[in-house]
Order: sequence, then structure tokens, then C-alpha cells
Amino acid sequence: MALPQTLIDEFNTLVSHYPERRAGLIPALHRCQEELGGWLSPQTIEDLAAFFGLEPVEVFGVATFYPMFRLTPRGKHLVSVCHNISCTLRGGEELLTHVCKVTGAPVGGTSPDGKFSVVRVECQGACANAPMFDLDGVYHEDLDPSKAEKILRSAP
Amino acid sequence: MKDFPKYLLTRIGAADSHTLRVYRSQGGYETLEQVLKKPWTPEQVIGVMKDSGLRGRGGAGFPTGMKWSFMPDITKDPRPRYLAVNADESEPGTCKDRVLMERDPHGLVEGCLIACYAMRAKAAYIYVRGEYRLSYNRLQAAIDEARAAGLVGKNILGSDFSCDIWMHKGAGAYICGEETGLMESLEGKRGHPRPKPPFPAGSGLWKSPTTVNNVETIFNAPFIVKNGAEWFKGLGVPKSTGNFLCGISGHVNRPGVYELPFGVTAREIIEDCAGGVWKGRKLKAFFPGGSSTGLLPASAVDVVMDHDSVKAAGSMFGTAAMIVLDETASIPQIMDVTLRFYDHESCGQCSQCREGTQWLHQIFHRIAVGRGQREDLDLLVSLSNGMAPAKTICALADAAAIPTLAAIKHFRADFEECVKLGRDPNAPSHQSAPELHEAHA
Repeated sequence: MALPQTLIDEFNTLVSHYPERRAGLIPALHRCQEELGGWLSPQTIEDLAAFFGLEPVEVFGVATFYPMFRLTPRGKHLVSVCHNISCTLRGGEELLTHVCKVTGAPVGGTSPDGKFSVVRVECQGACANAPMFDLDGVYHEDLDPSKAEKILRSAP
Repeated sequence: MKDFPKYLLTRIGAADSHTLRVYRSQGGYETLEQVLKKPWTPEQVIGVMKDSGLRGRGGAGFPTGMKWSFMPDITKDPRPRYLAVNADESEPGTCKDRVLMERDPHGLVEGCLIACYAMRAKAAYIYVRGEYRLSYNRLQAAIDEARAAGLVGKNILGSDFSCDIWMHKGAGAYICGEETGLMESLEGKRGHPRPKPPFPAGSGLWKSPTTVNNVETIFNAPFIVKNGAEWFKGLGVPKSTGNFLCGISGHVNRPGVYELPFGVTAREIIEDCAGGVWKGRKLKAFFPGGSSTGLLPASAVDVVMDHDSVKAAGSMFGTAAMIVLDETASIPQIMDVTLRFYDHESCGQCSQCREGTQWLHQIFHRIAVGRGQREDLDLLVSLSNGMAPAKTICALADAAAIPTLAAIKHFRADFEECVKLGRDPNAPSHQSAPELHEAHA
């Protein structure tokens, strides 16, 4: 198997921005994760290694260093609940507990129906609008449990 | 608080402030044009930056003009040179650069162009943390607009100055905000900080001369070039010049990002900007500049906010990310959360940091959940002294040790009470268990 041609075309442009091809690796991992099911499969790692002329283990080593890359499949929606100082001070722990309750997913896991995965993440830079979570790449700020529940229940 | 002139956030009030049209209607890119057409020499630009006294806004407060002047003489060293903009804003409490990137991205683009001109850099890479999708998209759109208008790329505004700006997305690792970790990450590797020397100006990205600057630092450049060093020095205090962005969060009525001149007091920020401590409660403590700056007790609230004064008070100005704790807050809980962060973010290269952050976190955690032992406080101090100062490749170990020592210095009684009671009276439901440390779903 190989990467879709659209991604290969995109990555050929991407690597032209840098004097060395490898610099495109992390942005490319992001794009693969976005386009290929929300995670990086062993096949994707191999395909990217081939594209960049690296050993698969090197790509794997990079992917595992960065918390945003997921090496296992996840639910349809990903909720990243911030749980650092400013959020904790304004109810972040209660928010996390409530998110788990509403979605049925444990922290770091996926709900039995496969609809939600919940992760607890470190500071997402929304400290002045705490507490907050990121749902599928969109920030939801100034949350309380009932606002959060409404947002989660309206996810298709 | 006395009235003072503002410039950093004055443009963002306009509708569509992120677009080229609105930016230009507010004088945008006129400074770049002046620099290129007058023309200024690169040395003149560096000169005004040096004279202005601008200090970096990413936490360390290093003089920006001096940093720029470290780039080698182009006549003797023909290697391509680069600017890397550190937009990996990840220090807990810090949320200021995001405001600039989301709402005034062209201001950063113009700053990059002026900085690249001054340092004769052929390209700027803006390294944005992966979570900041809106910042990334707004900056990318701004660069595209600027490129189409002949402001980015070859022969900018018909001059012989050519410069590219590329966006680059990080992936959630705090350590990539450390300048050499950032460069490793930009090269497509794990974000392991590099031993120094060599410093980036001598050997940075792809072994070429590189300068790494914070977003807000670069954002200041066009204002300084336009209005002059004397104007800039008229704001703030003699050794910390200009205005800064202060993100204030935690237990206050109006958390937010505010533009302030150096020299205001922490009390003025908490009371006048942020509307005071919430719920009519009293102040207990505050981090003056992000989680790696030592906690200060309420008695220090009249500290003047500039690099030297906050240092004299026993902490650091950092990124001016103030986090406010009211009288009901649990110091053990907050330290558990703080050290969990450094434990999670240590890159693992240096054993003092890899093991030390983990141990500090485990000890704070057991105190916070009521399993602490009497000797734990001395153990925390002894471990911290083994980790810092300056015992590791980068300053992450220091960033964990500094708040640890400060918390014990000012709030020893709070920890002792938890140990004695076998529970935390201020955070009964605290459930920050290490077994929940899952980062991947």
C-alpha cells in the first residue's frame, strides 16, 4: 500500500519549503493523521518512512515523542480536556469527570460505542478562558459541566 | 492605574483585523516599505533594536538587538541564515501570543520580514504549537495574502530583498519551546534540546546561523523601527522597556490578556485589570510569569512587574503569565499538577531531569492525596538541589526545581498540614492520579 497521491503531491510541495527533506516529517504526520482515520497505523508509518527515505523506526521514534500523534485507533470524536493549573483552579477536574460521565469514555480511552475518546492534556494555551476542552480541533472555552454536556450531546 | 500609551493590541478591535485589507488601512506594511525604500541598512535596523532595550518576551528576557547582532558577518560567512519564530506557546498560564496570531497575524508577518532583512535571513519559519489551529490558519492566510501582494517572496516591494515565510506545525511537546529543541523538531526529529555551545547564531537550523525569537518579541519590531528607540524607552522602566502582554488567569473576576507597561505592580494587574480576586475572597499566592516561575505569597503583591524587580522578589518575570490563587486554593494540589506537567514534558535526555521531575511529581502527589511523610519536604528540597541550577542540557529541570523550592519556602505549613491530617483539607476531591497519565487515546 502507499500514501494517496493527493498527499504525496502535497508533501512534495511541503518538502520544498526546507533545505532538507526530513523537515517535512512532523507536518506530514499531522496530515496523515487528519486524512487517514485519525491515527497513525503501522502502514502509514512505513509509507511515510519510504517517502522521506528513513527507516520506519525513525519515523516511529518521532511519532511517539509527540503527544498529539496517536498510534492506536480512536473514537469518532476526540475530546482533549485541559487539566493544567489555570483549568484546575477553575473546575478542570470536575469538567474532566463530567466529560467522562457524559461520553462513557475513561480518561485515555474510548467509549464502548466508539463515539468518543477522552484524553487529559497539559496546558492548551487557553488559560484566560479556563476550563476548556478541544473537540476535534475546535476550542470550547469558559466551560462548566452543563455547557460541556450540551456541546458533547450535539456532536453527531 | 495611571493611563499609558498602548500599541500592541490597538489594531485588534477592528472587524476582520486579521485581513490584509484591514491591516493596511491601519498603516500596515508602511514600516517595511520605509525600511526597504528609504533604504535602511540592516545594521541600522539592528542598531535601533539594540538602542530600544527590547528584551525577549518568551520568558528569558534576553536583549533582542544583541541577539540579532550575534549573527555572523555575511561577508565572511556566506551560509544561508534563518529566523525561527517561537510560537510554541506552552508554558502553563501563557496564552498571549495566541491573541496576536489570531487577531493580528499580519503584524507578525511584517515583524518577520523586518527581522529577516536586519539579519539577512533568507527565510523565516513560524513554529506554531499544533493545538493552535486557528493561529496556524490565520497566519497561513496572512502569508498567502502577503505573498500575493508582493510582500513575501522574491524582490519584495520591487527591492532586492527576497524572503520567504513558512508555517510549521508542532505536535504538543512543551520542550519544543526551548530554542534548540524547537530546531531539532523543525528538522523533523524528536525535540531533544542540543548542548550549547554551539549557539544558534553560529550553528542552528541545518547547521546554519539561526535566530530564535518569540512571537511578541518579533511583533514589537515594526513599532520600534517606526517610532524609534527613544519612544520605546519612554514606555516601561529603564531596564525593561516597552509594553508587554500579560495573560492573567486563575481565581480572578476578569481573566484575560492585557497590554501593560513594565513598572505596574502585580496588585494593579490583579485589581485594576482583572477585577480583583473572585468571589470576594482574599489572595493567597500567585505565579508572576508562568508555572516555572516561583510562587509568591500574597504579601508580595506590590512587587513591580519588570525583570529585575520580580527577580529581586525571589521569582521571575517569565512570560508575564500571572496565575492567581485565592485563599481557598490548595498549594499541594497545584504543585502536584505543576510537577505532573514537568514530569510529562521532560524529554528524557538528562537523568537529573528525567528521574527528578518524576520523583518530585510522585512526592507532591502523595502529599496532595494524604499519603505524605514528614521527611518528604526535605526530600523535595534535596532533589531540587540535585537538578538545578544549570545541571542539565536545557532549563526544564530548573523549571521544575524553581517552583518546587519556592512553594516549600513560602507554604511549608500547607504541606505539613496535609501530611499531619493525612488528607488535603482544601482539595478533598483532587483526583490527579499518576495512573491517569495516558497521553494517547
